[in-house]
Amino acid sequence: MLFKNLIEYMGLEPGRLHFSWISSAESTKFVEVVNEVTSAIKALGPRKSMVKTPLTDIKDKATEHVDIH
Amino acid sequence: MLTYIDKIRQIAEGFLKEGTVDMVIGFRRGTLPLMNEPCLIKRPEDVKKLVWDSNCGINLANYLTNRKEKIGIVAKGCDSRNIVNHIIENKIKREQLFIIGVPCKGMIDRHAIEALFPSEIEEVVEDESRIVVTGGGVEQIWSKAEVLQENCTICIHRNPVVYDELVADLVVEQKDVDRYEDIRRIEGISPEEKRDYFNDLLSSCIRCYACRNACPLCYCPTCFVDASRPQWVGKSQDPTDIETFHFLRAFHCAGRCTDCGACERACPMGIKVRVLTKKLEKDCLELFDWETGMDVEKRAPLRTYSPDDPDDMIR
Ligand code: SF4
Ligand code: SF4
Repeated sequence: MLFKNLIEYMGLEPGRLHFSWISSAESTKFVEVVNEVTSAIKALGPRKSMVKTPLTDIKDKATEHVDIH
Repeated sequence: MLTYIDKIRQIAEGFLKEGTVDMVIGFRRGTLPLMNEPCLIKRPEDVKKLVWDSNCGINLANYLTNRKEKIGIVAKGCDSRNIVNHIIENKIKREQLFIIGVPCKGMIDRHAIEALFPSEIEEVVEDESRIVVTGGGVEQIWSKAEVLQENCTICIHRNPVVYDELVADLVVEQKDVDRYEDIRRIEGISPEEKRDYFNDLLSSCIRCYACRNACPLCYCPTCFVDASRPQWVGKSQDPTDIETFHFLRAFHCAGRCTDCGACERACPMGIKVRVLTKKLEKDCLELFDWETGMDVEKRAPLRTYSPDDPDDMIR
């Protein structure tokens, strides 16, 4: 609860982080939850912040920079 | 508050002479104005080094971790609550401690003064209600109330919660303080605005970890930010790495932070890092009816389970 509240306080959209308790006997619930999570996340679209720029991208940018000069 | 010093020295000297304690942890004058520093006094003749004024914002509980000696410690309200938390977390034993309780009237915000003063600060003198700052031929006077640390203006536990001796009569606690106005404002804005707010807030962070070092809660032998096998968090200046560090630092303080302000005071960049820990503090109060460091018998929310813990986020 504290974790979810804090990360949403920092700007994670509600609906992106899900918690669930599913026993190994609850296959139907598992399917339901997976479907719910995927549709909720699809609706939100790709995340823009809290995503780290991969090093390869940075390298590409650096090379572009060198090319220009 | 300035009159406390004679009493502090007298108690400390008594303790050391009688052999009640092996050392006294208190404050001595810092090498720079506004920055008194912690000191460990072991000989009665050294107690004259001890000082007390409105520049004692560092949290002395930080210097107790895992010590084996008998210790006298000077403690204002927030220090005493962190001492309680240390006792609960088995970082020190109550029997080892002789707590010299200091009823606090608030500490001066060094960042505010540095920002307001036009020149380099050479000297700071205070009386009961005012502070006089001089430097570069300029003199400026503020009333203390105007330049208190933000956490002190909203503090509701100025008196120590545990102590063996008091240096003065207890002060009147502040009532009807709205502790969470800023937090509610941030809670109310959209996710995009929150993202921008925190990006901006943390953008100047240089990852020096002074905020962590100043905090009595951060005593792990290897901090998650220093570990490299496994490396829990990126060590770069990438905004996501910075944000992750701050998120985790704050989260590690959940249910343990006393809002003493030592982290914010220590930050060389003047970043308001309490915006994160205070959110957790607010949630702990609202969800678990929990205030840190008020009772050595009580366990923090993240260390206890109760069937009626709020869990409506679990599907
Ligand atoms: S996180 Fe900051 S305010 Fe909270 S206990 Fe640590 S130093 Fe004090
Ligand atoms: S003290 Fe300030 S600059 Fe240093 S790591 Fe903490 S927030 Fe960043």
